[in-house]
Amino acid sequence: MSVLIYVELDNGSIKKTSLEAVAYGAKVAEKTGDKAVVLAIGKADASALEIAGNYGAVKVLHASDEKLSHENSLAYADALAQAAGQEGSKIIILSKSGLGDAMAARAAAKLKAGVVSGVTALPEINGSFKVTRGIFTGKAFATTELKSDVKILVIKKNVIEINEDDVAFANAVVETFSPQLRDADFKASVVNVEKANSELSLTEAQIIVSGGRGMKGPEHWQPLVDLAHALGAATGCSKPVSDLDWRPHHEHIGQTGIKVAPNLYIACGISGAIQHLAGVNGSKCIVVINKDPEAPFFKAADYGIVGDVFEILPKLTEAAKNL
Amino acid sequence: MKILVCISNVPDTTAKITFTDNDTRLNKNGIQYIIGPYDDYALARGVELKEQSGGTLTVLHVGEADADPQIRKALAIGADDAIRVNADPLDSYFVAVQIADVAKQNNYDLILMGRESIDYNSGVVHGLVGEMLGIASYSPVMKLDIADGSATISREIDGGKEVLKAPLPLVLGCQEPIAEWKIPNMRGIMTARTKPLTVVEPVSVDEMTVPEKYFLPAPKGACKMIPASEAGTLIRLLQTEAKVL
Ligand SMILES: Cc1cc2nc3c(=O)[nH]c(=O)nc-3n(C[C@H](O)[C@H](O)[C@H](O)COP(=O)(O)OP(=O)(O)OC[C@H]3O[C@@H](n4cnc5c(N)ncnc54)[C@H](O)[C@@H]3O)c2cc1C
Repeated sequence: MSVLIYVELDNGSIKKTSLEAVAYGAKVAEKTGDKAVVLAIGKADASALEIAGNYGAVKVLHASDEKLSHENSLAYADALAQAAGQEGSKIIILSKSGLGDAMAARAAAKLKAGVVSGVTALPEINGSFKVTRGIFTGKAFATTELKSDVKILVIKKNVIEINEDDVAFANAVVETFSPQLRDADFKASVVNVEKANSELSLTEAQIIVSGGRGMKGPEHWQPLVDLAHALGAATGCSKPVSDLDWRPHHEHIGQTGIKVAPNLYIACGISGAIQHLAGVNGSKCIVVINKDPEAPFFKAADYGIVGDVFEILPKLTEAAKNL
Repeated sequence: MKILVCISNVPDTTAKITFTDNDTRLNKNGIQYIIGPYDDYALARGVELKEQSGGTLTVLHVGEADADPQIRKALAIGADDAIRVNADPLDSYFVAVQIADVAKQNNYDLILMGRESIDYNSGVVHGLVGEMLGIASYSPVMKLDIADGSATISREIDGGKEVLKAPLPLVLGCQEPIAEWKIPNMRGIMTARTKPLTVVEPVSVDEMTVPEKYFLPAPKGACKMIPASEAGTLIRLLQTEAKVL
């Protein structure tokens, strides 16, 4: 028996959020007395996959069929269900993302498994199997019992603390995995893929510097970008900013945009409407800079500065460069 | 073209969430219920596609009678008829089985819904339904056009966008800017009253997940204010106090 963890790849390496999923899965496996086995799909070097061992996995199944090099949630879900069958996995873990949810859903229907998405802590396992999940867009939590034989958990970022310095060196064995591919999963043709060429993806970034309508226009974005560079951060924005085409749509954070959970979220000239908060309330630390002391965002913030972003951002950048 | 749009009935985004019965039930007192905001996008695009293709649009809700006003609103916006599966929706799997069961009896070309409901935020119902019906599912769809039995879909992927061409039938989870929300007009509201709303009983489903207890996040500590004149000290605090740098 095993706990199966699906890891997402980025340029052939396992994504940071997926390494958290591996560590989470390994902890679950420890509780159930199983082995933690990883599934990776797509192009990757064996050495980039072996690292899953550092996070507690004993084995990595790698499906590298050329047909799987393009992300295809239908075929990937099929491969996941087949890997679970091969490994006798009753617990399957994925990290929360568009792909994670899509695969979890389709695999759940294939395996007649209960699926809980948005899990925020390790499960309680004693007789029953219970997890905590975020609901009402972060406004509450629910403890949910999974009663099905096979259980699928989609976990949020930052659910498990991994201290990179503590990670022990142990390679996982990488095995080739060749799922049976079904023609039905390949009926769609990909017309176009546009990937942002920013260095850092918002969902993976540990620090995000984000701007709202208070940034006044796209031509005024440089001070924010300068702070992001000084901190090694990704940049984001509020919805009106992307609606106005000041910034690309995929930078838009919130209920209708991307949900993020960095260690540090710095909001510049964003009022803190509930729909924006819904996308950032998983952040560990929130800093708000706004000239209006009544801006609702201060209620959700850990640190606040009342003032003009254009005066404050250069000061922060200066201080960050001296770190 | 036969279109099915699935809608959820959820507390308004701004609703204050509290619990009753020893934190085992949502306190519905004073909460205004709405069609899920993402489902509203699906409905709006569904109505446009129906008008273009001259097809039919059925709206489906899994829930109890208190959702009927939202179902009537969907009829007023442009759905031709409605089905309500009369059950307290217990979890995503349960809801998906009910939707798939209705869909199996009717052969829809297109099943649209929001990318997630804003109560449980799971984002898994479209995938479950797709797999249960043995057809493809994609989400979150931001642009959708149909021609010659195929859909051209633009959807968000991690760090970018993808355009796909996929043959019908399909199940799609929608989000903005797929269409502008539609507001019912007077004529729509009047005709909605006479449109058929069929209530059917649920098919039985094994219990997969059971919510047991609800709780609220720990109250947030006060925000530490830093004078604008000393903005630079924030960076030091983030490093030494908050330990996030
Ligand atoms: C269904 C729905 C979904 C939505 N989804 C999202 C979503 O996903 N994400 C999202 O962000 N929004 C979303 N919204 C919109 C949301 O309600 C707000 O309108 C939006 O977040 C406001 O963006 P903002 O804070 O940038 O702009 P504003 O509300 O205009 O706020 C600008 C802020 O900048 C401050 N400011 C101005 N000048 C300066 C300056 N020089 N220095 C410092 N501060 C300054 C102002 O005091 C103000 O607080 C959604 C709305 C709806 C109805």
